[in-house]
Amino acid sequence: MGNHSDGSPNHSGTVATAGQNEVEKFQDPGLPPHRLRLADTDPVAAKRAERQVAILFGTSVIGTLVFLVAYFAIDLGDDTSIATIRTQNLLLGLGTAFAMLGIGTGIVHWAKALMPDHEVSEERHAIRTEEDRQAAVRIVDDIVDETGIKRRPLIRNTLLGAVALAPLPALAIFGDLGPRPDKALAHTMWAPEGDKLKRLTRDPDGTPIKASDVTIGSAFHVIPEGLNELHEGKLNEKAKAVVLLMRLDPNSLNPSEGRESWSYNGIVAYSKICTHVGCPVALYEQQTHHLLCPCHQSTFDLTQECKVIFGPASRPLPQLPIAVDAEGYLVATSDFREPVGPSYWERDEHERLINS
Amino acid sequence: MKALSQKRRHPLAAIALLLMGLLLTGGLYAVATTVNQAKADTTSFSASDVEQGGKLFAANCATCHGMGASGTQDGPSLVGVGAAAVDFQVGTGRMPMQMSGPQAQQKPAQFNAEQTKQLAAYVASLGAGPAIPEANLLDGKGDAANGGELFRVNCAMCHNAAAAGGALTRGKFAPALAGVSAEHIYEAMVTGPQNMPVFNDSNVTPEDKRDIITFLKTIEANGSPGGADLGSLGPVSEGLFVWVAGLGVIIAFTIWLTSRTS
Repeated sequence: MGNHSDGSPNHSGTVATAGQNEVEKFQDPGLPPHRLRLADTDPVAAKRAERQVAILFGTSVIGTLVFLVAYFAIDLGDDTSIATIRTQNLLLGLGTAFAMLGIGTGIVHWAKALMPDHEVSEERHAIRTEEDRQAAVRIVDDIVDETGIKRRPLIRNTLLGAVALAPLPALAIFGDLGPRPDKALAHTMWAPEGDKLKRLTRDPDGTPIKASDVTIGSAFHVIPEGLNELHEGKLNEKAKAVVLLMRLDPNSLNPSEGRESWSYNGIVAYSKICTHVGCPVALYEQQTHHLLCPCHQSTFDLTQECKVIFGPASRPLPQLPIAVDAEGYLVATSDFREPVGPSYWERDEHERLINS
Repeated sequence: MKALSQKRRHPLAAIALLLMGLLLTGGLYAVATTVNQAKADTTSFSASDVEQGGKLFAANCATCHGMGASGTQDGPSLVGVGAAAVDFQVGTGRMPMQMSGPQAQQKPAQFNAEQTKQLAAYVASLGAGPAIPEANLLDGKGDAANGGELFRVNCAMCHNAAAAGGALTRGKFAPALAGVSAEHIYEAMVTGPQNMPVFNDSNVTPEDKRDIITFLKTIEANGSPGGADLGSLGPVSEGLFVWVAGLGVIIAFTIWLTSRTS
């Protein structure tokens, strides 16, 4: 680049302007002066560098030996305690690390300290000539001519058709990513089967819960009856249907109109799936009656029907309407009255569908 | 047998049969029902324990909990909380509270074992509540695998999957469980201290509680299989380590690679 600091407009820059032949050529600064290293001048230093490289390669050898000894000498046998496995893993890891690092650092140190370090500049090749370009064009023309693709439209068209159709199987493959869940998102296992209401059962063993078991301050982790008997799609169903069951003083609940019968003696059941992005909301504080989502700190107030009082969630947790059956067990009187979990495009439509 | 069959038409036979049936179902129910085994557990405490406990209570606890533990504006009533709650709160030093705050902090216990027992005896005498657990439930010789599953379902969301503790709302937190005695773990489950929910015996049976204690003692004894666990806090501490130490090593290598040897 030109020197801007001399204030002379005629000598600024290397680019020639139109109609101005006075071009100041860029001066090749050349290579910086070669600076000799210690090992280049002092044979003792060279010898020392040589030993250092040898030590690094030796470290690699030791690392490999440590690996082999750890692999073969530590007998995992039948009785493998965590302590034995941990020792072996540690030695295998350290052995591999030093085996690789020893070779790598050794070569780099060798190159930096001992190998010749003259700066070399490589000259640029001339750009290809016009004849070369035209020769390439001739080759392409020859190919078009010799294949006869212009003269034989049948071949050309069938080829085009084949190439156009070949990607179609990909559609089928991507189609297997579906089907879209559609209405499956709107329903859970809590929906009664005919007249039979689903019982609330304990996670993970699936035993039913009596209303009298739920003392004040209790929190039960609940799955629907029959979930453990599912053979297919159990996790998907569980992910939608998990419920947290809690009992508080009935006077501290403030049910809105139409929801008075959804609880039983202060026992309430709410979906455990956060309405923000679907983490399990299960951090229950029995004195403040707050439910906290561990992912983004959305906080729901149980005494206000799980209204959001802090955090990014936009809707209250869906409540599961519960009652007690003839034998004293808790049952869900219906499915959730809205889709559980985070928002999705068809959610409003599904909510209307559920409540129609 | 013949005499019995002759008496079956006796006018009182129906009443006798009804009485027998009621006694049988009542007895069976009493045996089968296990909800918290709520009983005024005064059997293991002597009358002098209760008396001494009453004096200790009046001197140390009544300021907040009121005379007779009936509760004031500053502290809840303790009627019916049971001996387990006292043993937990006083035994871990949470009570008497040092100061008011989001939650009572653990600190060196202020009463010795004898005094704690006397206080527990006094509070247990006020009303039925969970008793101090039997020693055979605390031996840590249950099924650690089952305990682990129950821990992940019921406890891990607050106490962390490795029982390292975690934050709750507004300054409250679930404490780490390493170093907590089996007795205190059991009592915490059964009484639900402060904001912890209650896990009564019909929710998590005594044997399941024993399994959970076994699991906690097992992971505490085994330590972390992967070496340094960095507090078992997951991506926060692990990420910090990788960003600082891992990237630090890479930067050091690049500087070394491009530097000139002297």
